[in-house]
Parts: sequence; C-alpha cells; structure tokens
Amino acid sequence: MNIVKKKTSLLNFGLSELSIIYPLLAFIAILLFNLVFTEGFFHIEIKNGHLFGSLIDIFNRGAPVILITIGMTLVYATGGVDLSVGAIIAISGALAAQMIRPDYVKGILEYGDQTSLIMVLLVPLALSIILGLWNGFLVAYIGVQPIIATLILMTVGRGIAQLITHGQIIVFEHQPFQFIGSGFFLGLPFPVIMVILLFALTWALTRKTTLGLFIEASGANPLASRYMGIPVRVITTLTYGFSGFCAGLAGLIITADIKAADANNAGIFMELDAIAAVIIGGTINGGRFSMAGAIIGALIIQSLTTTIITRGVPPQVVLVFKAVIIIMVALIQSKKLRDQLSLILHSGDRPS
Amino acid sequence: MKKIINTAIVILATILLLPGCTGSDKDDGTITVGFSQIGAESAWRVANTESIRSEAAKRPNIKLIFSDAQQKQENQIKAIRNFIAQGVDVIAFSPVVETGFEAVLREAKDAGIPVILIDRAVDVQDDSLWVTFMGSDFVEEGRRAARWLIEKGYTNVKIVELQGTVGSAPAIDRKKGFEEVIKDHPGMVVIKSQSGNFTRSGGKEIMEAFLKTDGKEINVLFSHNDDMAIGAIQAIEEYGLAPGKDIIIVSIDAVRGAFEAMIEGKLNCTVECSPLLGPQMFDAVEALAKGESIPKKIVTEEGVFPQETAAEAIGSRKY
Repeated sequence: MNIVKKKTSLLNFGLSELSIIYPLLAFIAILLFNLVFTEGFFHIEIKNGHLFGSLIDIFNRGAPVILITIGMTLVYATGGVDLSVGAIIAISGALAAQMIRPDYVKGILEYGDQTSLIMVLLVPLALSIILGLWNGFLVAYIGVQPIIATLILMTVGRGIAQLITHGQIIVFEHQPFQFIGSGFFLGLPFPVIMVILLFALTWALTRKTTLGLFIEASGANPLASRYMGIPVRVITTLTYGFSGFCAGLAGLIITADIKAADANNAGIFMELDAIAAVIIGGTINGGRFSMAGAIIGALIIQSLTTTIITRGVPPQVVLVFKAVIIIMVALIQSKKLRDQLSLILHSGDRPS
Repeated sequence: MKKIINTAIVILATILLLPGCTGSDKDDGTITVGFSQIGAESAWRVANTESIRSEAAKRPNIKLIFSDAQQKQENQIKAIRNFIAQGVDVIAFSPVVETGFEAVLREAKDAGIPVILIDRAVDVQDDSLWVTFMGSDFVEEGRRAARWLIEKGYTNVKIVELQGTVGSAPAIDRKKGFEEVIKDHPGMVVIKSQSGNFTRSGGKEIMEAFLKTDGKEINVLFSHNDDMAIGAIQAIEEYGLAPGKDIIIVSIDAVRGAFEAMIEGKLNCTVECSPLLGPQMFDAVEALAKGESIPKKIVTEEGVFPQETAAEAIGSRKY
C-alpha cells in the first residue's frame, strides 16, 4: 500500500510549483532527440565575438513569442485571453518603420534626418500600451467577453497597420534601431537579453510584491477579491496594457530584425503560439500562473520549429507534426489523465 | 432622413450613368472597355491597376470604364451587368473568386460582348463564355530560374530552396518548373527545401537554420519570391558569407527591392512575374475589335533580370 502511494505522488509531482517539470521534460526530450539525431545541433561556437549555433537560434527566434507569452500569462491568469497581440506587433513595427522613413509610402526614397532612436522606440510602445489598455477597458469596465474584446483589435489592428504602411513593405536602414533585432550584447543576441530583462522584471513584480497574488485572486474569484479590497478592474486593465507593451516590444524586434515592416505578415498567428505556450506551461485560465512554465512552453514551440527546419521535414506535414507534439505535451500536463494512467498502471497492485 | 439620402444617391447615380447609357458612339472608332478590378489589396495589384489605366490613357481610341470590386463578388457581378447595360465593346475582369460567374458571363455572351480574364481564372463549364485568359505562367517562371543557373554554368551545385506558402499555385508551379529543368542535370541537387510563406522573416529564419546545418555546402539559393530572398540575404551576411558570391541567389517576382539588392551585388538574378498587363491587354482588345481571333491563353511578357542589367532597369520599376 505504501509503495502505491509513493508512486502516485511521484507521478503527480506536487500540485503547483513543480507542474513546470512536465513542460521542462518535454523540452529536454526535444533537445535530446536533436542531440542524438541532428548533427551539429548542439554545436556552439564563438563567431565575431558572439555565440553562434542552433541552440542560440532557438532563444533568438523564440524571443518575440516569449515576450508576448509573458504578457499573455498574466492576462490568462486574470481569466482572460488576448487575441490582439499579433495585430499590435504589426502596428508597432509599421509605426517604427514609418517614423524612420516617413515619405517612403509616397515613393520618396530619401530619408531626411535620422529619427532619434528614443522616438522610434517610445512612440510605438506608447501606442501599444494604449491599445492594450483599450482591450482591458472593454473587458474590465464594459464587461465584454475577453475573446470578443480582443478579437476586435485583432481584426481592426492589422488594417490599421496596413493604413500606416499604405499596404507596402517599408524597408529601412537605421543602425541603432537594427541593433534591437540583430545586435549582440555580452555575446548574446540582443532580443534574448530583452527577454531576460523583461522576465526578471515581471518575476520581481509578481513574486516579490503582492501584485502576482492580486492577479491570481482577480482571476480565480473576481467578486470575492473585490470584497477583499483588491482593485480587480484596475488590475485586469493593467494586465492587458502590459500584454500590449510586450507585443509592442516583440513588434520592434521583428521589424528591426528584417529591416522592414510587413504589415500583412508580421506577428501573424503569433497570438496562438503564445496561448499554446501559456497552456503548455500549466497556467490555469483565471488563477495560478507559472511564468517559467509558459516560457518553457514557448521554447518548446520554437525548438520544434527549429528542429523541423534543420531536419528538413517536408513543409506539407510541418503543421501536423507540430500539432501532434503540442497535444502530447498538453496531455502530460493534465492531472486528470495522469491520475487515470496511474490508476491503470497500479491496478495490479490492488487486492481486488 | 436615411431614406432621403438613399433616394438622393440613387438619383445622383442615375444622372451620372445617363451619358454612358445614351452614348451609342458606335462608328467613331472608339472601343469602350469595361474593367472590373478585384481591389487594391497589395502593391502588385496596385501596379496592375496603374498599368491598365495608364495604357488606356495612352491609346486615343480606347475608352476605359474602371470599376473597383473591393474584394466582393457581388460588386463585381453588378459591375459586369452595368457594363452590359452600357453596351461596352469588351469586358475585362480579374475574378475575385473562381466560381459563381456562370450566369453573368452568359448574359455578356448573349449580348455579344467578349470577356477577357486578367490574372485569375474562372471555373465555368462552358469555355466559350470567355475569349482569353491573360496572366503569368508560374511553371515557366520556375523553369527560367533553373535555365539561368544552367546558362551561367552552375550545373554542379548544391541548392537550397525557399518555397512559397504551402498549397498556393505559385509555390506549387514554380517548384515544378524548376525541378523539371534541373532533373536533366544530375549535378544540380536540391539538398534542403522548406516553406518561408513568401515573407522576409520566413526567408531569414529558414536560411539561418539551413546555414547552421549545411553552411559550408550550399552553393545556390532558389527562392520562390524576392521578399524571402531578401530575408535570406540578411541571414547569409550575419552568418559571415557573401550573398551573391559565396552563395548564388536566384529568385522570382522582380520587385524594386530585388533590384536594389542586385545593384549591391547581393542577388544574382530575378525572374519577372509582371503585373504590368496593360499593353498586352489592350493589344488583345484592339485585335478583338477588328474581329481577329486571339489565343485562348495569353502569357504575360516577362523578362529575366540578371545582376548586370539591374542598374539600368531599376529606373523603370514601378513597384
């Protein structure tokens, strides 16, 4: 009897903190697969003074999704969802490019004076935050369903981005701005540095202050939280604003990386990757969240993509392949399924 | 209030249409063409509209009636019915979707007005409902890219391919055309092929991964469009190789960005996929008006632009 109990608890591995173990195992499994089967995957060299290799690529290419995943986790913990992040990415990128090259859409190729980096960063980010707060306002104060409220901006937002770029791809050269997308700092790609900073900041804010608890409480039971004196509406609105900010940052990275604003394609379907990452990471819709789990979730998705490309899986089956892996990870996450499994596994130990 | 405005609009519209209806200018040699465009959803489409409009303005005997369907089929059907009612000589249109044009095309045929399809095909049982389809031959574009490589003597090379959106006609056909030509040259091997969705970021991410695994071996990059090639060029530079020299790059579309890259020596060749259908369209229209027969399929006149010609050709690129 004793043995059975031990085994069950091993399978369930704690209820909250340790749930990150499953996404982590999945991530390690993907890496192990590549260690064995993909030649040169773990090869990291120092080239021109910075780190270089497929592993670095996973973190670098995954940076935009990880950034929006950080915002999405908080929104998800309040019981909402933010579908508009892909559109905000497009808007932020379009605006940055438009500010660098204001006359390009009119067919004028001259740049004029170089726009200051501060402006190129601040204006798109400010607009992204405002758009996020707008989502939050709709959800918290008007009472629109989160999926509908953010769907509005998801649809309209890409249109706004296209209006900014006049439907063209704005290409530009702007050395300081490009650094954000393809620069290196301390040997690491700059987007990775940004992820680390934002993660540290968010972690400190939500785990070293009561803010994290407030967010979880607002999501788990808004009414009770309000009676306890938690400003539920303000907190909900702020999480959407933060999600907008994260999306704005991601948009700047994507745009700076390819030195062009592509309003049609920048950030397309990225909101879905972020939602998948949050769920794989073990965050409950309205309640406890696991920021580290969500980030590992995003890394799983990106490492899958990188694996697929390096291994040359035919493009026709790529999406199916990805879906199967994500379903598997999500299934391992399910406590219900694990309980069922352990019941089946240990049914033999029982007397009946 | 709303009713009054609506009535006013109807009256106004009728007045505006009147000259079109009454103008039975049959024998002064003017050819009236009604053209229904899909919309203005991409730079390519805008260039397409511009080409048709400016060509019509150049020819004194042509009168163009332009109508924008704004991506809606019902607008397009309405426009074609209007053209029939106005008694135009030729109807040209780029169908928004493939199906559902049977009835309105039959009306045009009964009225004796020939119909030209521009850039996109329709799915109708009866082929005689339209006289000609005019557009690009994507398979031929793929073949041209391969032939350019062979002409330049790159016959013993390892190739990586950036495909367009999975399942799209240009991606399928360009791949097919390219493979068709290189299969006679056993030295030309495609070692990696992946979809970059026709976008710059897709091209960059995939090229980056290709370089990680096969960086030393890749001789040639074949990209299904210019945007992906431009993304890949960045990846190659960041990897530390010289695009256009260490890796030969050939792509398709011939947009302005590709010419800029060629002038910098980073792209070797681009095969044109032209939206500038205006001149050929009105040649066909004039032939029809004279009663000449024209082929059922007219392939757009498209060029191949190697790096050497980029500097002089860029001035004429409108998109």
